[in-house]
Amino acid sequence: MPFHPPEKVSKETVTRIPADQIPVRRQPSASIAVVGNPNSGKSTLFNRLTGMRQKTGNYPGVTVEKHVGVAKVGDRSIELIDLPGMFALSAHSLEERIASDVVLGRMPDVPRPAGILAVVDTTHLYQGLYLVQQLLELGLPVLVALTMTDAAKAHGLTVDSAALSRRLGGITVCPVVATTGQGIDELKASLAKLAEMPEPNPPEFWAELSAASEELARSMPATVPRIEIERALIDRGGELAEEVAGYLGEGGAETLEAHRQHLFGSEPPLANEARRRYTWVRDVLGEVQHAAPVITTWGSQLAGFMNRPVPGTIGLFLVMAIVFQAVFAWATPLMDAIDAGTAALGSLVESTLPEGAFASFIADGAIAGVGSVIVFLPQILILFLFIIFLEDSGYLARAAYLMDRLMRSVGLSGQSIIPMISSFACAVPGIMATRVIPNRRDRIATILAAPFMTCSARLPVYALLIAAFVPATDVGFMNLQGVVLFGLYLLGIVAGLVTALVLRQTALHGPKPTFALMLPEFRRPNMRTVFMQLLGRVKIFLKRAGTVIFAVAVVVWALAYYPRSAEIESAFDGQRASVRATMTGAELEEAIALLDNENAAAQLEQSLLGRAGKVVAPVFEPLGWDWKVSAAVIASFPAREVVVAVLGTVYAVGDEADEATLTDRLTAARRADGSPVFTLPMVIGLLVFYAFCLQCAATIAVIRRETNGWGWPLFAWTYMTGLGYLGALIAYQVGGGAG
Amino acid sequence: MDPSAMTLAKLQRGQKYVIQGVDATDPDVQRLMVLGLVEGAEVELASSAIGGDPMEFRMFGNAISLRREQARHFAVSPAGKGE
Repeated sequence: MPFHPPEKVSKETVTRIPADQIPVRRQPSASIAVVGNPNSGKSTLFNRLTGMRQKTGNYPGVTVEKHVGVAKVGDRSIELIDLPGMFALSAHSLEERIASDVVLGRMPDVPRPAGILAVVDTTHLYQGLYLVQQLLELGLPVLVALTMTDAAKAHGLTVDSAALSRRLGGITVCPVVATTGQGIDELKASLAKLAEMPEPNPPEFWAELSAASEELARSMPATVPRIEIERALIDRGGELAEEVAGYLGEGGAETLEAHRQHLFGSEPPLANEARRRYTWVRDVLGEVQHAAPVITTWGSQLAGFMNRPVPGTIGLFLVMAIVFQAVFAWATPLMDAIDAGTAALGSLVESTLPEGAFASFIADGAIAGVGSVIVFLPQILILFLFIIFLEDSGYLARAAYLMDRLMRSVGLSGQSIIPMISSFACAVPGIMATRVIPNRRDRIATILAAPFMTCSARLPVYALLIAAFVPATDVGFMNLQGVVLFGLYLLGIVAGLVTALVLRQTALHGPKPTFALMLPEFRRPNMRTVFMQLLGRVKIFLKRAGTVIFAVAVVVWALAYYPRSAEIESAFDGQRASVRATMTGAELEEAIALLDNENAAAQLEQSLLGRAGKVVAPVFEPLGWDWKVSAAVIASFPAREVVVAVLGTVYAVGDEADEATLTDRLTAARRADGSPVFTLPMVIGLLVFYAFCLQCAATIAVIRRETNGWGWPLFAWTYMTGLGYLGALIAYQVGGGAG
Repeated sequence: MDPSAMTLAKLQRGQKYVIQGVDATDPDVQRLMVLGLVEGAEVELASSAIGGDPMEFRMFGNAISLRREQARHFAVSPAGKGE
């Protein structure tokens, strides 16, 4: 019977060392891999062990984050690699493949670990031990950390760690409470000895499978690990099966399939593995775990209530509304302070430095540009704090479960909710989070819907325009500004969902997705973990403000400042001289200020930016934008929040420069005929444009990487930009802005 | 599977059940088996979303959520008293 491998799980290519070239000797200084189920308390334990001594990078060629840290044990330093959470070594997701590649020493740049720290949640031993059994077969020393022992005790659950150690072939089992640090010293001491520990003696699991892999290994290069051959036999159609078949030479796939027929008969190999391993797990559980794991914590009671259909769904909307209200209300005092500070710094520079290009560069370019983005740091902090909190408390998974029905109506599943909610912070991690979606069509539909969710970079744009042009009147328990912001978030959600629906009906038509999700129990998020994640996010934001946004601000300043026209300058100098000759006191000062502004406006208009803005202005004229807004929008295509910096720069050198803050300058902006530029229909159109348009180079890059080609990112860019233009056009024209 | 058979999709709240058989031909079902839904596992219905779908089950302290459609692949019988 010819054998046809089914479609691969994911098309992403992983850079890996071929199995016949894996370095044979274990490196003496190699690190220890931290492996465990998702939500097993792995990251909390990792943070507890390494403290601030950690760095985050990426695995080569893929967007999976690599966390490496150093644990200090006495005077020794042990390097720890925190691997992505996984349930099994069956390579169903990219994360699982990366994790198994690291532990097998197949990841370039990452030396093969000297041992494994297996993190097992005491309250979830059932799934934890399944993974531990697989890890024991890797031929590396394994140390088990039993986390959440405090929670287990609260559930009336006791685990006999000595008995567990015996059932796992005599390896060390350390009970710990990562949040309080209980048991951490003992764990560290065991970690220090781990590399010298012998390979574990795995509980005899499957003699026939081992025999089959031994037999196959004889006709393969000696370095191909037995475990890889076993996985190739079990994961029919997987990437490993293909690779191992390759080492067998011609007819390799048929040879493997013949072994499968012999080992499993008609039973799917994966089902067979699951049945066998869980039989063993239940047997171990019966011996080491006492009292039934009846869970009645405040967390599970709250979960029970929140999972009831109606309270749960109402609760979800309430939670989201509170988040958006908080983002606006709590951040205001801090933002006002930063705004005032920026303005003060700018005028200080202008008054101390001699007038000229350099003073203008510092005050109008660097300070006004970067300052106008930094001012949104408080809002972004609050937003990220909420997202991280919701994720860490287990609420996001509940949201996925509650929203599955709704997502099904647009052809997706509840699993798409987590990437979408993450996209409210930033579409880049949101799109990366789509990897949990097994089906490629569902995944791409989610990837294209995710950038419509209102990310933190849209927030500065929204916040600026709303604060300037929407009155802060109270509407029920929210104020109108909060309501408009909430409306913009809804607009993004609706656009994303409609996009997914249309795609699933057309280009991505296919069978309905399935849905299965582990629901973590509600738990109080660990403040340390929340803080570390928040710090990471803030660093990224500030780095962007300091590099990309600074660079764009400087370039835009230069485009707005040069070339200087000597004729304009001398013409205005003449006017100033004549005014000085005829006026005195306050009248003179006012007249001079007016002339200075007219002078700046005339210079700006003939600058490179002015000319460029005028060239593209006709395209945006139907949207009610003047050339300054058009230039700012064009400049913000690499990163949308740049528009705030650019508006900050162009309106700092124009005729509104008298006003202290950007908000006031925008309100004061006038067209040639004296009518305001920022009318309500124009502002709404601009908001809609930013709600839809894909102005983010990082998102385009991540879509390209995740879909493995330029087709989808180009489509997304064209579609979203077109939609943005159309939305702004309709808002302006229907709003009567043209007349 | 026999349509009249008792499956995960028909559980009553407050009663414990044991999985008796799994129709494992679908790769998605195999994935659920890796998560622990195999013969011999004790399960309980915890809740369901609006419209009774998806459903949330508890097994050995873990909570897992499935759609009704997938739950039909798992045949169950009520657990004996004292379990």
